[in-house]
Amino acid sequence: MVHYFIGNLGHFLVITSFITSIIAAYTYFLATNKKDELEKAKWNRTAKVIFYIHGLAVIGIVFSLYWIINNNYFEYHYAQSHSSKILPWYYQISCFWEGQEGSFLLWIFWNVILGVVLINTNKFWTAPVMTVFALVQAFLTSMILGVVFFNFKLGSSPFILLRDVIDAPIFKMNPEFVPKDGNGLNPLLQNYWMVIHPPTLFLGFATTLVPFAYCIAGLFIGKFKEWIRPALPWAQFSALVLGVGILMGAYWAYETLNFGGYWNWDPVENAVYVPWLVLVAAIHTMIAFKKSDTALKSAIILVISTFVLILYSTFLTRSGILGDSSVHSFTDLGLSGQLLIYLLVFVALSIWLIVSRWSKIPTNKQEVSTYSREFWILLGAITLCIMAFHVIYVTSYPVYNKVADLLGFSLNLAPPVDQVSSYSDKQIWFAIVVAVLSGTGQFFWWKKMDKKEFKNALIGPLLISLAISFIIIFATDFFTAAPDEEGFDRAFRFLRYFLLLICSVYSIIANTKIIIPLFKSNAMLTGGSFTHIGVGMMLVGILFSSGYSKIVSENYTGLVWSTEFPEEVNRNNLLLFMNDPRQMGEYSLNYRGMRKLFKDKGYVNESLVSNTNDPLKYVALTDIPSQKIKSGDTLYVIGPENTYFEIEYQEGDDKNFTLYPRVQLNETMDMIVYSPDIKRTLGSDLYTHIRTFPDPKDEGEWSELKEITAVMNSQFFVNDYVAVFEGVERLEEIAGTKLEGNDVAVKAKVRVQGETGDYIAEPIYIIKDQMAGKIPFTIKDLGIKITIESINPKENSFVFGLKTTQKEWVILEAVEMPYINILWFGTFLLCIGFTIAIRRRYLEFQKMRDKGVE
Amino acid sequence: MKKTHIVGLLVIAVAIFIIISTTGDASSYKNFTEAKEMAEGGNNSAIHVVGTLKKVNDQVVGIQESPDKLSFYFTMVDQNNVEQKVFRPDPMPTDFLRSEQVVVIGSYREETFVADKILLKCPSKYKEEEVKI
Repeated sequence: MVHYFIGNLGHFLVITSFITSIIAAYTYFLATNKKDELEKAKWNRTAKVIFYIHGLAVIGIVFSLYWIINNNYFEYHYAQSHSSKILPWYYQISCFWEGQEGSFLLWIFWNVILGVVLINTNKFWTAPVMTVFALVQAFLTSMILGVVFFNFKLGSSPFILLRDVIDAPIFKMNPEFVPKDGNGLNPLLQNYWMVIHPPTLFLGFATTLVPFAYCIAGLFIGKFKEWIRPALPWAQFSALVLGVGILMGAYWAYETLNFGGYWNWDPVENAVYVPWLVLVAAIHTMIAFKKSDTALKSAIILVISTFVLILYSTFLTRSGILGDSSVHSFTDLGLSGQLLIYLLVFVALSIWLIVSRWSKIPTNKQEVSTYSREFWILLGAITLCIMAFHVIYVTSYPVYNKVADLLGFSLNLAPPVDQVSSYSDKQIWFAIVVAVLSGTGQFFWWKKMDKKEFKNALIGPLLISLAISFIIIFATDFFTAAPDEEGFDRAFRFLRYFLLLICSVYSIIANTKIIIPLFKSNAMLTGGSFTHIGVGMMLVGILFSSGYSKIVSENYTGLVWSTEFPEEVNRNNLLLFMNDPRQMGEYSLNYRGMRKLFKDKGYVNESLVSNTNDPLKYVALTDIPSQKIKSGDTLYVIGPENTYFEIEYQEGDDKNFTLYPRVQLNETMDMIVYSPDIKRTLGSDLYTHIRTFPDPKDEGEWSELKEITAVMNSQFFVNDYVAVFEGVERLEEIAGTKLEGNDVAVKAKVRVQGETGDYIAEPIYIIKDQMAGKIPFTIKDLGIKITIESINPKENSFVFGLKTTQKEWVILEAVEMPYINILWFGTFLLCIGFTIAIRRRYLEFQKMRDKGVE
Repeated sequence: MKKTHIVGLLVIAVAIFIIISTTGDASSYKNFTEAKEMAEGGNNSAIHVVGTLKKVNDQVVGIQESPDKLSFYFTMVDQNNVEQKVFRPDPMPTDFLRSEQVVVIGSYREETFVADKILLKCPSKYKEEEVKI
């Protein structure tokens, strides 16, 4: 049965939210322009009511969509293509943002929350700020509108029925047809980070609107300086949330994707990294605006640029223009025109406001002194902007291709082949400058300096950081990075690494020197120093974990297969056959076979359990005393798509551990996704992921069939393993179908003694409609397949068919990431620093607001 | 000259340097014929080639896997139907044979194209039209 009501309700609420956002924008605009205070208040009240209705409508949309997903209404396209019955509730939430519509909805939802907060925390600024807010909401809700105006489809509705999207013959025969199950969630997104990373990131996206709205409001009503005070805590909050969102994404990539790191310069990562850099630059200029008009003008331009860059990155990732160059492939919904209009409207609006107000922004002609804090802050902001420019310039290649196509010639630019050399090796220079400035700038911040004082303040931290850096260099294998490079390239690389190390340490030391006296006097002012120490630590962490990541799984066999390219042959991966230990560096590795993860039981050998008709239930084939499992027990699987490879690491006699890298097999999407497992220690992470294993869809090559006749309790050999024919059982049903009439099925139980324990094989023999059928049983771990070929009732013996194949194997890569914890610890400090700064600036705003100034 | 002017000029210089040096890093999409000509002309920079695996009667042919499974050869057909033997010094991806489209990134070494990177496009990730009944 098709559930029409909930979809109609959702669609109605989408239209309501769209219309109310337009009306709210208009009424807030009227309120902005009213001179008379009473009338202004009246319009403000009306607008507030309308915005609240808008907010309720949005919450209603979220609720309706979740209802559809949660109740498995697969007649809806959104549920059918993003969810499935077996998904637990927390991944049903992830379904929300797998599709474009849902992720727009998330963004809209956050804007509503932020709008309500702004309405209730502002007096003076409410009307102009909310005008911008409601206008943005109108554009965003139009993306999920799904209404056709004169052959132009406006937006893509998440409440569309499957039959309206897909032209399948089944819908012609039966329009009320409801699919039994959905396609499920992309295995890449079935990760706890994917439950919290997108909401955090979208909150970051949404919060960039707040400083933007204040800035536009300030320009519009002619308060060119005053907008900064209320906007600053929000800009800091936005940078915090966006930064945390980016790092969560990086951590997700580290734990889930298998490219062997946390940052890949993927276009989607870049598209968020760039606005974040510009936002951080904007915050710095916003802090310096009081004394420098250059800083004020820069603040206006940078705050606006941040928001425009967020729109640009939305356009990049959702219009399909990136095509194959990204792992984050949103399917193109034909919204590119609408997205482009959204982007261009705000670009045009901002440019118009800036140009028309520019001459009115106060200026003075005084030169900025080298020993003023404004000078250093501006230098820092400029460096951050150049960093951002570099990344966005390269990421935009597909856009240049498109523009060239439109202009009638072909540009044919492809993304750089070596991401590391085209991004990392250049960004590192800017990072060095950032480190120097973030250390030095702080001295000017707290004290008026001249040349002599500056020298005195500098010399201590400089000497200490040099000393510490040299200790680090001698204590680590500093000169082991990039073993493939030679000569000048290598020397140049060490120069970069050396400078980054010294400058980052300098930044940490200099800021620590500042923070100690501050703590005694006024701890509320320590936000900046904390943040800068965090950044310094992150840079050190990135330098070591990325620059010195070492592939441990080098091929030590020295075997060269291809004589044509001896130097090319892969040495980074290791082939492991099951139960056949191999040496890898200081470790001895042993692949123990495939595992499934069960509730309360942990990892259980896949060959010792058999699946049932319910994808969530398995049955134990034999007793496993170590895990308190008895033969015939029902086991509940956690993540039915997940299979784990048990890899034992042995280092010496006592330091042993086991890693479980994972593969996710999604049948409906035909996807195979590998995820690493990480051995974490304080000093470094050992990261292991599977590169490939025998394709489970491929039958493989089996030996010729060998027949053997056995009576009950007799022994025989299969592939050199001892096997015992233990018993026979008559079956009442096969795969859920009851056997009737003269149909018979029997299941034999054969116990096979493997290297590490016993396995049970249960081949089946059926006679149905007077035809004989065989269901073979495969023990993957041992590479054997057993069938019942025939039964001799007279002799009470069974004829078994035996086939053997190659042993199970995996190819894995193991990478060591030294000192990665410094990166995470630095991130933690950065967050604390931002939080302190936000509190300080918000209290400042509150004080002024309550005085009635703003 | 004022300090702001010096800073301004410096920024412009760095920006121009970035544009020039990164544009040099950019790769390009080519077919095998063009790639071959490039290599014969002494240009060994890595390029992107888009194509499919060679198939006879729907069976992928021309795969040669090394005994240690750490590298393999395959035959690729580019968009102009030119066939090329490609060497990939890395384990064969699990769903390689099922891929619908292959992008190889690399360059010619003698007669063989050596792929430093492979991007696969597998069919059903992009196909939503099927309904399971």
